[in-house]
Amino acid sequence: MAERSMAAAELVRFRGGGFEPGLRRGAAWLVLALILAAWQAASSSGLLPALVMPSPLQVLHAFADMWRSGRLTIDLEASLSRVAWGWTIGTAAGLAAGIAMGIWSSARSVGIPVVSALFPIPKIALLPLLILWFGIGEPSKVATIALGVFFPTVITGYSSVDAVPRNLIRMAQSFNVPRHAIIRKILLPGAMPGILAGFRISSSIALILLVAAEMIGAEHGVGAFILQAGNLMQTDQLVAGVVVLSVLGLAISYLLGRLERALLRWG
Amino acid sequence: MELLVEGVSHRYGNLQALEGIELAVREGETLALLGPSGCGKSTLLGIMGGLLAPSAGRVRVRGAAPPGSLNHFTYVFQDFALLPWRTVAGNVALALEHHPLGAAERARRIEEALRLTGLEEFARAYPKQLSGGMRQRVGIARATAVRPAVLFLDEPLSSLDAQTRELLMEDLVKIWGRERTTSVYVTHNLFEALRMADRIAVLSRRPGRVKEIVAVDIPLAERGAPEHAATITALHNRIWELIRDEVQVADREVHDG
Repeated sequence: MAERSMAAAELVRFRGGGFEPGLRRGAAWLVLALILAAWQAASSSGLLPALVMPSPLQVLHAFADMWRSGRLTIDLEASLSRVAWGWTIGTAAGLAAGIAMGIWSSARSVGIPVVSALFPIPKIALLPLLILWFGIGEPSKVATIALGVFFPTVITGYSSVDAVPRNLIRMAQSFNVPRHAIIRKILLPGAMPGILAGFRISSSIALILLVAAEMIGAEHGVGAFILQAGNLMQTDQLVAGVVVLSVLGLAISYLLGRLERALLRWG
Repeated sequence: MELLVEGVSHRYGNLQALEGIELAVREGETLALLGPSGCGKSTLLGIMGGLLAPSAGRVRVRGAAPPGSLNHFTYVFQDFALLPWRTVAGNVALALEHHPLGAAERARRIEEALRLTGLEEFARAYPKQLSGGMRQRVGIARATAVRPAVLFLDEPLSSLDAQTRELLMEDLVKIWGRERTTSVYVTHNLFEALRMADRIAVLSRRPGRVKEIVAVDIPLAERGAPEHAATITALHNRIWELIRDEVQVADREVHDG
């Protein structure tokens, strides 16, 4: 006993911790500033020819020009209205079909083969056909976006309804809750997290199809603007247009985040 | 209300879950269905309350439902089955909303159910903010709000830890002491059955049959009293002899999938 107490007591070495990545404040802005500074330095020193890649300042000038000339407003308005109509129509129809397929065997039996057959078609390939049907104007572009949004929304629609725990439905049945009330009070709120996650996917699809459709045949719109700038080798305008798209994507993602927080407070 | 189970059998594919079940749940009593896992006791409970269609046999009721009963056969679930997007009061309200009650009567029933289960302070809380014991209290409040004629409890305490279970058992005994609702209590826990039930139907495994029905002739409130300890222990040992081998088989079973 005496011997043991005489021996030096060693500290138990700490072996835990780590593997908990967090976010450092300001890191994002710092990285952005560094990239812009390096980019500007490369441009200013002549390492990066303006024809290949304009400098950040040139992009800013191009952006200011767009703003002053009013082109930005016109193009953005055209694009926003196409995306808003296309996404809303595609989402409304997709949710109606998807939720019906989540509830009724008949809807599911008909719907799944149709969706499986049509889902893999790149919807932009249908634009020429849609132009023949609806003309070169807005409806053909809106329809392309709506179709592109429709199919993934159908799939998230019925899989979100499938994911609602069946024990909640049995519970409602055990209290004799009527069928329509089960759909409204249990299936729909229960499917909401999945449906909102699907909105993120469908909104990015809508943006891709918007740009593609505008590049194929449109006078106005951010996609058309980018294409024209490329044809004229105005890389500063081109990059400014890309930045506008990126901001548009971020704005949509922000709005969806707000919507999720508002609707899923309970989660 | 009396509940009569007559010749009920049930199969899942090739598996005979229940065979020839004959049971009578008497007015105002608590009947425990006791058996090891896989004896079909939850299946039987589902059949008794009309949530599951039996392969054979039928379930009948006799007698009048208590006045003001909105949902004659009401369940309390093992996993609580609460809507996470509704508050405690909202979850209780779900059971009442489709009945033509006045707003005042609905609010009164919700308040009363929450008071009975000690949840008044938690009316506006969401289920995820509550402990398991409190969540099951919401399940019990929801069931009492409709004044059931027969209350079906499917392992109501099995998702809770031992201490919480003890607290909730005391509360349930108190509630039962007041309401005397006819109840069927499914459990695999012999202690729970001995605490909560007037009679215990011991089920065998695969196929589930009623092995024996054991009466516990001690008032619920006095089950813990020292003078009854010997009787309880004797009952415990007798029932344990009945189920011991089956529990062992169930324990050693390898599950598919």
